[in-house]
Amino acid sequence: MKKIEAIIKPFKLDEVKDELNKAGIQGITVSEVKGFGRQKGHTELYRGAEYVVDFLPKVKLEIIVTDDLAEKVINTIMNTAKTGRIGDGKIFVSNLEDAIRIRTGERGKDAI
Amino acid sequence: MQSKCRMWIADCGIKLNPHSAFRNLQLKRGDLKMVIKKYFYVVLILLALTTFSVAGVFAEEAASAPAAPSWDAKFAADTVWVLITAFLVFFMNLGFGMVETGLCRSKNAVNILSKNVIVFCVTTVFFWFIGFGIMFGNGSPFFGASGWMLYGADNSPATGDAYQGVFASLNWTGVPLYAKFIFQLVFAGTAATIVSGAVAERIKYFSFFAFSVAMAIVIYPVAGHWIWGGGWLATMKTPFLDFAGSTVVHSIGGWAALIGAILLGPRIGKYTKDGKVNAIPGHDMGMATLGMFVLWFGWFGFNPGSTMAADPDAIARVTINTCIAGAVGGVAATFAAYLMLGKPDLSMALNGILAGLVAITAPCNWVTPFGSLIIGTVAGILVVYAVLFFDKVKVDDPVGAISVHLVNGIWGTLSLGLFAANVSGGITGLFYGGGIAQLISQIKGVVAVGVYVVVVSLIVWLVIKSVMGLRVEEDEEREGLDIGEHGMQAYPDFVGTSSTRGIV
Repeated sequence: MKKIEAIIKPFKLDEVKDELNKAGIQGITVSEVKGFGRQKGHTELYRGAEYVVDFLPKVKLEIIVTDDLAEKVINTIMNTAKTGRIGDGKIFVSNLEDAIRIRTGERGKDAI
Repeated sequence: MQSKCRMWIADCGIKLNPHSAFRNLQLKRGDLKMVIKKYFYVVLILLALTTFSVAGVFAEEAASAPAAPSWDAKFAADTVWVLITAFLVFFMNLGFGMVETGLCRSKNAVNILSKNVIVFCVTTVFFWFIGFGIMFGNGSPFFGASGWMLYGADNSPATGDAYQGVFASLNWTGVPLYAKFIFQLVFAGTAATIVSGAVAERIKYFSFFAFSVAMAIVIYPVAGHWIWGGGWLATMKTPFLDFAGSTVVHSIGGWAALIGAILLGPRIGKYTKDGKVNAIPGHDMGMATLGMFVLWFGWFGFNPGSTMAADPDAIARVTINTCIAGAVGGVAATFAAYLMLGKPDLSMALNGILAGLVAITAPCNWVTPFGSLIIGTVAGILVVYAVLFFDKVKVDDPVGAISVHLVNGIWGTLSLGLFAANVSGGITGLFYGGGIAQLISQIKGVVAVGVYVVVVSLIVWLVIKSVMGLRVEEDEEREGLDIGEHGMQAYPDFVGTSSTRGIV
């Protein structure tokens, strides 16, 4: 099993979710996050004083998939979330030891 | 109840399955007719009852119709106008609450809302007990000394020489005493609430409470007596004029706010040692913007209501002047901010509209719409410079209350001496050939009120500081006054309910 974490631009969330659904994904966890990468922050203005916003808002998806689906999910996210401009985000993939469905106690693949 | 209902249904021939109430209504064939018959009788009885009651109402109306109204139409119109505009000014409490809360941080929202709530409650009690008597009661040229709690002789709505009572200064308006009081009360509340924004995010809640009491008893009524209560400014050879309170309400509130903000010092992190100004963005520009619109709406009570009579010409003139000054104030501030700061800052546009409204408050009855255009434009530009100026001298005013109410209260009061255009009461300013006399009177009033409010509010603030302290602890300020002062959050979305709930 793999855990795929994708940090994407917030306005791309709906599109990515729809495409992942089509790819056969059972569930996604989404969180609103802030951070910076190479895009860095931007400057804002309030009542005559400038200030720098270092951390930009992004959306983080967490998807747990079986090994054979991982590549398909990665490609789907990459193709959908891409705008070609700086700040499109990143995808992190890691091995996952176990998964448990709380209601039934099922483990591993069955719990996804 | 349920069993009764079931019996009735059963009676109508409907079989009810007791295990799935109402889901399984079964109608037997043949019983249908009986059901319709029963419903028919019910509908018939209802119809009959309705007819009787409607007939009864008409009969009553017919009996009372010929009697002529026992009140005088002008008296009624004036009273309704004064009360409705008073309600509009009351509604400005909502606007102040929203503007101030929106322009401050979310961790202080409960505190700011609480201040806005309590300030009107406090003002109501103390202005009724003492303030109204000091402001409008008969007395010396410096303060009134009668009419405590509205007691004393009063034959309102008699006006002019026919009036006999303790509130002679209000004998020009032909409405009941209680209407006069309510209208003046909401103005007193407005003056007191101006302070709240300038001292926001760092003042102790009960210290602000105490200052509000002083505002309602001493600061506002005494200066108000000089101008609206028949005091010395109103009885000068060329009387000082302030139609709806650029000085009486806004400057008084503004001076008190300025002294409070200076004594409190800036919020932590607002100014750095090398002279840099840090932005502390408000947490909800939507709320601030809606609040501004509420204030603007309330101003249509504030200024046109100050006629205290449903005088068609005057209220129409005052209304258009008010609207124009606010609108061009917004335009002027937007462009001033765009040219000076690089962006058309929304918070500056909001301040600009309010600045235009504050400025037109004194002259709104005596100027032309073109005069309002100039007055509002100057106000909108002035407010942007004022905000930047107060930041330069490190007087931290989170919502711009001092720039809006004090600076433009002064400007509006002076502008009357320049732009009064002989449209009402023969009042003519410098630019319309009236000479400099009115302007001189206006300057006298501005200086006198300024000196008085600065001295008295300084004393009051210092007494409060020595008795109960002014500013919250540094840790509390960082954490937010909501938790420190009120033990509550405005937006507790992710807190969850604790299992250890109970009475502390």
